[in-house]
Amino acid sequence: MTINKPLDDNSDWTFDKLSLYQKEIARVAEHYRLDTYANQIEVITTEQMMDAYASIGMPIGYNHWTFGKKFIQTEQTYKRGHMGLAYEIVINSNPCISYLMEENTMTMQALVIAHACYGHNSFFKGNYLFKTWTDAESIIDYQLFSKNYIAICEEKYGISDVEATLDACHALMNHGVDRYKRPQKISLDEELKRQAERERYIQSQINTLWRTIPSESEQQKQKSSSFPSEPQENILYFIEKNAPLLKPWQREIVRIVRKTSQYFYPQKQTQVMNEGWACFWHYTIINHLYDEGLVTEKFMLEFLHSHTSVIAQPSYNSDYYSGINPYALGFNMFIDIRRICEQPTEEDKQWFPTIAGSNWLDTLHFAMENFKDESFISQYLSPKLMRDFKFFHIHDDEKNDYVEIAAIHNEVGYKKIRETLSSQYNLSNLETNIQIINANIRGDRTLTLRHIPHQNIPLGDSSAEVLKHLHYLWQFNVKLVQPNDKGVDEVIAYCPIIKDLAS
Amino acid sequence: MANFIDRRLNSKNKSTVNRQRFIRRYKSQIKKSVSDAINDRGVTDVDTGENIIIPRKDLSEPVFHQGKGGIKDKVHPGNDQFSTGDRINKPKGQQSQGIGEGDASDSGEGNDDFAFSISKEEYLNLLFEDLELPNLEKNQLNKLVEYKSVRSGFCTEGVPANIDIVKSLQGSIARRIAMTSSKRKELRAAKETLAVLKNDKHDHIIEINDLITKIDLLKERIAHIPFIDTFDMKFRSFSRQAIPTSQAVMFCLMDVSGSMDQATKDIAKRFYILLYLFLTRTYKTIDVVYIRHHTQAKEVDEQEFFYSQETGGTIASSALELMAKIVDERYNTNWNIYGAQASDGDNWADDSPYCQKILNEKILPKARYFSYIEITQRAQQSLWKNYQEIEEKQAHFAMRHIKTVDDIYPVFRELFKKQLTKLHNA
Repeated sequence: MTINKPLDDNSDWTFDKLSLYQKEIARVAEHYRLDTYANQIEVITTEQMMDAYASIGMPIGYNHWTFGKKFIQTEQTYKRGHMGLAYEIVINSNPCISYLMEENTMTMQALVIAHACYGHNSFFKGNYLFKTWTDAESIIDYQLFSKNYIAICEEKYGISDVEATLDACHALMNHGVDRYKRPQKISLDEELKRQAERERYIQSQINTLWRTIPSESEQQKQKSSSFPSEPQENILYFIEKNAPLLKPWQREIVRIVRKTSQYFYPQKQTQVMNEGWACFWHYTIINHLYDEGLVTEKFMLEFLHSHTSVIAQPSYNSDYYSGINPYALGFNMFIDIRRICEQPTEEDKQWFPTIAGSNWLDTLHFAMENFKDESFISQYLSPKLMRDFKFFHIHDDEKNDYVEIAAIHNEVGYKKIRETLSSQYNLSNLETNIQIINANIRGDRTLTLRHIPHQNIPLGDSSAEVLKHLHYLWQFNVKLVQPNDKGVDEVIAYCPIIKDLAS
Repeated sequence: MANFIDRRLNSKNKSTVNRQRFIRRYKSQIKKSVSDAINDRGVTDVDTGENIIIPRKDLSEPVFHQGKGGIKDKVHPGNDQFSTGDRINKPKGQQSQGIGEGDASDSGEGNDDFAFSISKEEYLNLLFEDLELPNLEKNQLNKLVEYKSVRSGFCTEGVPANIDIVKSLQGSIARRIAMTSSKRKELRAAKETLAVLKNDKHDHIIEINDLITKIDLLKERIAHIPFIDTFDMKFRSFSRQAIPTSQAVMFCLMDVSGSMDQATKDIAKRFYILLYLFLTRTYKTIDVVYIRHHTQAKEVDEQEFFYSQETGGTIASSALELMAKIVDERYNTNWNIYGAQASDGDNWADDSPYCQKILNEKILPKARYFSYIEITQRAQQSLWKNYQEIEEKQAHFAMRHIKTVDDIYPVFRELFKKQLTKLHNA
């Protein structure tokens, strides 16, 4: 190998040095076939980083008090030294925007460029969930549209009303995702044009739906009495299309929140993979540079220090333990897949016959493109990794006054642990399953929702509050039911609260 | 392919709007915190920001989430002692609290109250919200007005002192160029012809002589154009503009006789501080005059006003007289005058009617607002009764009774609340 002259390893960064490092990293990334959106790397201050935190990482967003609260919170904890800020934030857009903090040393900037601009960036571009659910081309435009639209609404209809509508939408944000339908991609121009169109159209549809003159035949009446015909899990969508008294601008706001929720939906499902992928690549790329003699030992020591603290996994009995560190799990899984490809053991050949001994880069790219956390873990978590992490499975049944160790990292337990860990990342197990089962459009317009508990886990105590928000949007009675032991629905919450539930 | 952008210099305070929204939403809680603070805080730091504490439960953003209970399966790392089938008893009293559980909690942080700081500006806005400067509407009519000269372009007439040389010379040059251009054209043509004739092989003596005469004449004419003309003169023009006075004087009158103890003085002090802060929001320059009195009145500095001990009887009129005198001497014109008198109500009985007279005749006609607070636990005495008669007649006189420190802020608000209803009736 040719001996390269190492890059300047002075810890102060300059824009010239940044581009030098970036060039080398880009070259190595291409060598490993990382396909990325163009990078836009922005250097920001601490305060701007806190701004970015508060606005869920987006460069532009509409105004709402919750973002102010979040900013104050971040500022407070940061100032007291309770929390360090992230080194970077990266936005799934095209060009892919990454924020670097000005306080970072040169080494940190290089790490962050490799991590965000090539790791996360290629993940955004390659993973099937992001491809299906988000449109990197239009997100910034859409955010701009929504910010302006909401600002105009505030001017026209008053801050208070807009705020109340947003509050209500935020409460239902997790229930604003179409899990099965593929969303459409549209640009800002189209969005603006469509918005006006939609406003008129929807209102006319609503009017048809709620027309009081009974003109349809008996049969149709029967049919529409069980409206919607199938349970609807996308509550916000249902509200947007069917709430009787919502004003057109409120429908648009519901839509904006729904779209935002949908945009973040893939990120929730690929935390382990996304972070693991990015960590794997900053580790691999920087080591590649080191092997080429482009970075010095001094650089490497600082790099490894940061790297190891990012992927540290405290044990269950440690004071620092707060669940499984997605960086640690993801990074180690990708490293492990590479190991299985390059140096498979007998065990690996038994567990992963298709990938043991295959080309590691092909396998890794395939894994990144076609999985989400849940399926990724159930597909690739190896016994060796379970042993390394010393995983064990606790089964906790409310009825018992003890918890039971259901499986540990041994021959009998591998499959059970892998299955449990995988379901731990299954969003449908983590989020409550609440669906709209009926809107009584011929009667008192009561909206009925059904909660189906997962493993008998009851709803948290804020449900009544959320119903108030739903009531604000629906503007007629709202009730929440849950099937009891016999499978018969029982009302568990009602808004507005009435004294005589029996009637 | 990568672009580097330095964003450090732009878009600071991006979250300001969101922060204001937050404060707007939690105004009632924040206000409560602010009004508690004005009574608790030391007097001197009343001008800084304030820490606000809001109970966390008021700030929650509810979502549907999984509660406690049911069956939970979780994987944890770092097994050091467990084998399959081990059973660990749950801690008593806490139902279903497995290791590392609590993923359903809606916020990662503890349940302590939500505390944050607001800036001095935000603090004052909240403190003085809904308060309007007393008698402001009425003041609009007979508002004290000052005149100020401002530049307003140029004019053709004026005194020599106001001549604008550059403008005038510009005019002069333009005029001279305009008035001589045809003559200079002729002159140039004549000179060219002359040169042609002189170089000719034949003699043209007569023509040459004619031309020379013409050239001389033209030169003379050009020279006759005046260098500067009255027409060129430009003068700087000034006009008088009315501006409302931005200066106010605040008179603090306090009884320091033996009956006033330090606690009572502290209450009075807080009241003055509030008044001062309040005035700073409307006026640029504010003079504060401290007048203390027992049987005699004296103008003192702030330190002496609040902290020196005196004994003796009480004649309130002496302070009022001194105030009237100072107004006449120093604040006769262009000052908005505010008065605040604090007392424990003790006064020499014969003096009270006289106080009423001075206020009515000398002070109230000139003052924008005069307030009287009586800090006492006892029943009101003669001064109060006499003042009450004034209050009935004069819109810009107000009086309140304060018992404890906690009363100050409410009383202050009441005294200065927007659009005094009495004013409209009057």
